[in-house]
Amino acid sequence: MRRTVGVAAASAAMVLLAGCGGGGPQSGGDQKLTGDKIVLGVLNDQSGAYSELSGKNSVKAVEMAVADFKAKHGDQAVTKNISVETADHQNKPDIANSKAAEMYDRKGADIILDVPTSSAALKVADVAKEKKKLYFNIGAATTDLTGKSCNKYTFHYAYDTHMLANGTGKVTTQQVGKNWYILYPNYAFGQDMEKSFTAAITAAGGQVVGKDGAPFPNTSGDYSTFLLKAPTLNPKPQVLGTMQAGAELVNVVKQYNEFKLRDKGVGLAVGLMFITDIHSLTPAALAGTTYTDAWYWNFDQTNREFADRFQKETGTRPSFAHAANYSAAMQYLEAVQAAGTDDADTIVKALEGKEINDVFLRNGKIRAEDHRVIHDAYLAQVKPQAEVTEPWDYVKVLETIPAAEAFAAPSPDCKL
Amino acid sequence: MTGFLQNTFNGLVSGAFYALLALGLAVIFGMLRVVNFAHGAFYMLGAFGAYVLLSEAGVPFWAALVIMPVGLGLLGMALERAVIHRLTRLDPLYNFLLTFGLTLILQDLVKSRYGVQSSPYATPSALGGSVDFGLFDFPTYRVFILGFAVAVCVAVWWLLSHTRVGMVVRAATERPELTRAFGINVGRWVTPVFGFGIALAGLAGVLAAPMRAVNPLMGADLIIVVFAVVVIGGLGSIFGSVAAGFGIGLVQAWGEAYLSDFPIVSQTIVFIVMAVVLLWRPAGLFGREEAPA
Repeated sequence: MRRTVGVAAASAAMVLLAGCGGGGPQSGGDQKLTGDKIVLGVLNDQSGAYSELSGKNSVKAVEMAVADFKAKHGDQAVTKNISVETADHQNKPDIANSKAAEMYDRKGADIILDVPTSSAALKVADVAKEKKKLYFNIGAATTDLTGKSCNKYTFHYAYDTHMLANGTGKVTTQQVGKNWYILYPNYAFGQDMEKSFTAAITAAGGQVVGKDGAPFPNTSGDYSTFLLKAPTLNPKPQVLGTMQAGAELVNVVKQYNEFKLRDKGVGLAVGLMFITDIHSLTPAALAGTTYTDAWYWNFDQTNREFADRFQKETGTRPSFAHAANYSAAMQYLEAVQAAGTDDADTIVKALEGKEINDVFLRNGKIRAEDHRVIHDAYLAQVKPQAEVTEPWDYVKVLETIPAAEAFAAPSPDCKL
Repeated sequence: MTGFLQNTFNGLVSGAFYALLALGLAVIFGMLRVVNFAHGAFYMLGAFGAYVLLSEAGVPFWAALVIMPVGLGLLGMALERAVIHRLTRLDPLYNFLLTFGLTLILQDLVKSRYGVQSSPYATPSALGGSVDFGLFDFPTYRVFILGFAVAVCVAVWWLLSHTRVGMVVRAATERPELTRAFGINVGRWVTPVFGFGIALAGLAGVLAAPMRAVNPLMGADLIIVVFAVVVIGGLGSIFGSVAAGFGIGLVQAWGEAYLSDFPIVSQTIVFIVMAVVLLWRPAGLFGREEAPA
């Protein structure tokens, strides 16, 4: 740890020298930036299940960051030629793979941002490693990005399965009930989530009294078998933890309400939920549900000001993925500004160990060991309909989970 | 015992959707020899239409239950006239591709206007409670769906067996050439029957809106199972489609409840049943073997 800080300091000093004196080892001629421009690539789902929670509005968020960066630095900016490239990976790993290579090679992208869907996210990490170009993942949940698949050029920015399970699992066990029934979609993401939740619940003194893997994709759209089973288990679970996402989550919650499980003493906890999910289910359908959020637009004045600007651009309030894309783009541009170069190795060194506070990251720090970006997370609860006073303000933050507790310690599997 | 009854009830509710959709597919296939791949898209349009009517015009569920099937039935008739009937004389594959293409167009039109996020649709307040069956209570809305679907199936059966239109449809389904030879104008009934099948899909969509996620892809997921149902019941067999619909709903619910230790089996049970049925009766449970040409 101390060694990496030292390296970072040394490289920062070199950059400083290069910037002032010109002709230092980093400048390597006149050109500090490849092609005298910066290209940010946003690779995500623009037509499928995750296009609402991130998608084109994340591209807008990155464009906002570029505009803010230019306004802030004006003539002092390292370049005025900053462009945003974007592509739709359709949540397919093979498409993500080829689009990422195309972005780095043909579009000249210095960095790729976002990339939801864990399987696609891992493919892009491989491309970044091979091309030696930066990659900030925002949209994907898998901890493998900072575990066995970690690499020097990949950073995991917003959240992961550990953060979700740790926050929701621990606090719900302490505050709502010790006995859980877990319902998960039976594929990689769902199985990961089930394991992470079981670990977090057990660690908090709770127990999982039953768990079921529902078919994925669930073609019948029906979850009643599982929902009916929950209250009959012995001991009776006080919490139903659902790991379904997107439209499947909507199905589970609709049917949870139909069978009136809350009235039967079974509360609801959701593994992964975005503000856009609450919007489509309506807060009434989810009132009282707890989940872990990486960021909430109406948490404080800073967030709210960003959300107001975002709404002017897009007509909707930002999800945490939107805010994280803005933040990641901004932090990258600032790093290039400070270093005076877009050389990937230099930027990686400058970022490692950096402590950041901005609109998305609170008490944020880029861990040098595994490139996990840690920051405060939030245990959130959906408000009852009566307390919702304006559109999209559906959540109250029960508790801030400090950055150090929100994420797992660096994995021994990660060798950068 | 209570659990078994609850699961059985749920199976029948899922089966009600399969039956309504399969019934529409069966009458369309019987009359037109068209495998309507767009059926799931019309189911989705039914649900989405109910959502749009409610959110943009304040039209309640009950009115949507009439407006959407009628509206979609008319749209179906227009489509049949405009494109589908032009291909009915060719290899069935042409209409298969056409209706598949229609599915993609309809899905993407909805997607481009409303996005992929599911849209909210609340259960009508009159059906919000539960019904007490002594041993267990059950959501009123589910009881309503089951009753309604059974009523629709009975009504369709009555139409087919007691009216002149029904007789023509049955005759044309069994022996189209012979029916024509008797001087009956089969062609005149083709368009209304297609519209009727589509209307049933729309009806199922409206019924699904309060209990399923309303989004552009909701039909695409369901239609795969419905095709399996139709094949199990016997392509073109009207009774077979309804019986197989409810039967598959039950098998799925029981599978999930009692085979949960074998997720591989419970997740694929519909297709296992389909494979077994096809090995045993290649024309489906209630289908008739095609006479060799």
